[in-house]
Amino acid sequence: MTLATATKRSARGKPGRGVADRGAWFLVLPALIPILVLSVGPLLYGIALAFTDSQSGRTEPTQWVGALNFQDLLHDTLFWDSFRIGLLWAFGVTVPQFFLALGLALLLNQPLRMRWLARALAIIPWAMPEVVVGIMWRLVYHPDAGVLNETLSDLGLGDGKDWLTGTATALLAVIVVGVWAGMPQTTVALLAGLQNTPRELHEAAAMDGAGAWRRFRTVTWPAIKPIALAITALNFIWNFNSFALVYVLTQGGPGGRTRLPMLFAYEEAFRYGQFGYAAAMGCVMVAVISVILAVYLVGRLKGGDEA
Amino acid sequence: MMRTKKPARAAQYAALTAYLVFLAFPFLWLISTAFKPARELGSLHPTWIPKDPTLDNFRQAFDEQPLLQAAGNSLIAALSAALIAVVIATPMAYVMARHRNRVAKAATGWVVISQAFPFVLIIIPLFLILKNLHLINSLLGLIMVYVVWSLPFALWMLVGYVRAVPTELEEAAAVDGASKVRTFVSVVAPLLAPGIVATAMFAFITAWNEFFFALVLLKTPEKQTLPVILNRFIGTEGVADLGPLAAAAFLATIPSLVIFAIIQKRITGGMLAGAVKA
Repeated sequence: MTLATATKRSARGKPGRGVADRGAWFLVLPALIPILVLSVGPLLYGIALAFTDSQSGRTEPTQWVGALNFQDLLHDTLFWDSFRIGLLWAFGVTVPQFFLALGLALLLNQPLRMRWLARALAIIPWAMPEVVVGIMWRLVYHPDAGVLNETLSDLGLGDGKDWLTGTATALLAVIVVGVWAGMPQTTVALLAGLQNTPRELHEAAAMDGAGAWRRFRTVTWPAIKPIALAITALNFIWNFNSFALVYVLTQGGPGGRTRLPMLFAYEEAFRYGQFGYAAAMGCVMVAVISVILAVYLVGRLKGGDEA
Repeated sequence: MMRTKKPARAAQYAALTAYLVFLAFPFLWLISTAFKPARELGSLHPTWIPKDPTLDNFRQAFDEQPLLQAAGNSLIAALSAALIAVVIATPMAYVMARHRNRVAKAATGWVVISQAFPFVLIIIPLFLILKNLHLINSLLGLIMVYVVWSLPFALWMLVGYVRAVPTELEEAAAVDGASKVRTFVSVVAPLLAPGIVATAMFAFITAWNEFFFALVLLKTPEKQTLPVILNRFIGTEGVADLGPLAAAAFLATIPSLVIFAIIQKRITGGMLAGAVKA
């Protein structure tokens, strides 16, 4: 193949390559223009807005205010509360989600009879609109008509708990929904990694007398580690930025106990019209996520050295 | 083959059953609630399976909110966005997969970085821009947003599909003097067709399910999409008519579930091809 490419190059020479590159531009432009106009542009505009006093429905022109929004944010305890809740929620969802998904993926990789059913069911949370997931779990958690309280009272474990509106239970209740909703993607990704693991390695390890845990540590884990790290980092970021699920479940309540940063910024921008201030919140969120991404990338590079 | 001891196998089945219950239960409850008559919903001890199944909730759901119109809006928005997205993403994905130039690298970087941005930072400027263009409360504005929003994932999937196409045919076409664009259109694109269809379906589902942008950009019920209308059922006080709410939510799930069942295998394949390389 290398030979073929080399012959082709020498046969066509420099001018040919020029034509090829121009052709590449034609192929890229239809997507590049919308990306620049509707994604990169707004992003830069959004960062710029964070340094202005932009508000909705104001008649005076918008003015630069420097870092004022960020100074205000520093003292906004409500924002930092929501930030803390966002991190709690992101960890609280991502970590159990990973372990539960790993367990399910390992099971689905075994020759068990109900495998097809589990695979089919795992599609449901993935394909469902987040709004429907939220509505569905509201029905499950419903204090009177919900299946959870009914089951608990059948088992004689107390009754009538108001899961989503109780200050002690609300965050935990939405975290359970988050785990449920995101588990399938993680499972499927890990399962694909498992299926790429060479069988012979497993068998060789078993012959050498390695127990299940040892086989997992020495054969399975190294094989799925890249996918596991990638999906976990993405899950964390997606969870930290999530909106619809919790908005439908609790609207951020009770008393802000489940007000994720995105819900806070949404209210600030589209209920109170504070565009500049909300944009500053977005910038702070990006900064934190960038740090997490950087840590992940460094970890991944180190992992690459080991392998 | 490894032998697994009997007790271990029993434990595996027990664990799998627990997973099945956890995964299936909320959905079964949604269906059960959707078919329950009002008096069963109001009783102190809700029934597991409706004793007197009824379609009243579905009828009432259509009376309470403009569900059909909302489904129509969702269909228009999701279908247009999916078609435009794959039409513009496929050629770009081809360049990203086959070239190592600056454009390809920048595009790959954008795909990765765009996954990390909180939408609020994008939606405020987009709202202001679309407002100036008088595209607030318009499906056209929403479609524009959906196209760009579904591009990263579409590119991600398509790059994986392009990599799976052997390069020999393209090289032959190049030797025959076909231009880059010509090679792409007549040689590569037809081979990608199944992957393109799967990508379009995935883009359709994500747009069909999308809530945040639709909530911000669409103001009046006649224009709103299904997820926004569903949220209206809950109302500001969080009190809802449970039966119709469940019925409407159940109906909204069906299209995505059907499409997803069809393309599930292809999505995971494409997703992983992208994820492992990126």
